[in-house]
Amino acid sequence: MSLRLVENPVDRLARTLEALLVIASSPLSIEELAAVSEDETERVETALGLIASRYREGRSGIVLEHVAGGYAFRAAREAAEACARLVERPVQRGLSQAALETLAVVAYLGPVSRPEIAKIRGVAADSTVAGLVERGLIAEAGRECDGGAVRYRATPLFERVFGLSGLSELPRLDDLAEGSEELRSRLEEVAGRRGA
Amino acid sequence: MNVVAVRDLDLDLDAFEGPFDLLLTLVLKDEVELADVEVAGVILAFLTAKNAAHSPRTEQELELAGEFLVLIAGLLELKARGLFPDEDELAFDDLDPEEAAGELAERLALYRRFKAAAGWLEERLAAESDRYFRLGPAPLAPVPERPLAPQDPVTLASALRQLAAEPPAPSLNHLELRFPPVSLFLDRFRAVLSRRRRFVFDREVDSLSRVEQAVAFLALLELRKTGEIKLGQLAPFEPITVWSAA
Repeated sequence: MSLRLVENPVDRLARTLEALLVIASSPLSIEELAAVSEDETERVETALGLIASRYREGRSGIVLEHVAGGYAFRAAREAAEACARLVERPVQRGLSQAALETLAVVAYLGPVSRPEIAKIRGVAADSTVAGLVERGLIAEAGRECDGGAVRYRATPLFERVFGLSGLSELPRLDDLAEGSEELRSRLEEVAGRRGA
Repeated sequence: MNVVAVRDLDLDLDAFEGPFDLLLTLVLKDEVELADVEVAGVILAFLTAKNAAHSPRTEQELELAGEFLVLIAGLLELKARGLFPDEDELAFDDLDPEEAAGELAERLALYRRFKAAAGWLEERLAAESDRYFRLGPAPLAPVPERPLAPQDPVTLASALRQLAAEPPAPSLNHLELRFPPVSLFLDRFRAVLSRRRRFVFDREVDSLSRVEQAVAFLALLELRKTGEIKLGQLAPFEPITVWSAA
């Protein structure tokens, strides 16, 4: 008597999704995966759960991650040294302090123009912005008005490089440093001490 | 640090690299955009040079520091004017000292937040440094340089000698056309006609090369000229039939 194995349809969908994620060079959203695999979003989510359990740190050299608003495969962290011997990472290599500050302004305030960035940082941002555009971490996002300054926004690549599922994962700006009131009272305190 | 050293203060900034006095000259000539110059970097360079000099606190040193402060203040003023070209927008003149201090604190606080955000991004980048993913075709990492195995000069000279030798002339034999003698086909056709009264030329030369077929046709014309054969063809490009004229 032969035993006939009935294939789980989610297993089959999971295999299709694996194939799609392998050939994609950027994260694919659940909606995109559902459209391409011609299946329902709920089933795609279930299949992604299945794939995530198969491809995770410690179990596989490939890891499924939720990043930049979608799903993508990446190398397991334990293989990082070997990966470093194979490929360069020009996007994230050698980001200067000026570039990181500019990136932070664009990520939090984008779309934002170069004059606005310069006003916050106190130095012109032209060359830094151009460098970040070239790396693909920020991109043009229209103009302030007809003929106005070009505005910039953070790209999905920025989210992916920094391992963010989305910009909402950035910490609250107010939590990062003291506000103007605290700063002013501290300045006044120092000034008072000097004057005394 | 002496007077000359202040002017020659070596700067290594993003926007400029060279002595301090050259920077001032270029700024005044509008050849360097002051907005791109990090004044804090200039001050840091001055302090570093000053600390490295380990000179005692003398009156001359105070004068130098004063001169430096005046120059830096001038740079800052120029830079502020450049960054805020729209005087109306600033309208600091209309603010009372309390409001101006508030405005300054507001701007400083905003910048400090973004500086902290940049710090957070830097930490995040370091924490994610072991995450590798595909970004389309990735540029290959440079191949590590392989040290050459120890070389024997005699072997090297021998190899070079072989390379320097005149190469043999290339053979063109494969390009030559080999024409068989016409007499070969004259004899062959005569022999055929001695056995049969007629034959079809095309069938007779079918298995031969194009060159051999051409020579065979010349033989055919030769036989026709001498009156040994008669030729017949129903239409152009149809098979040629050959009869013995005897």
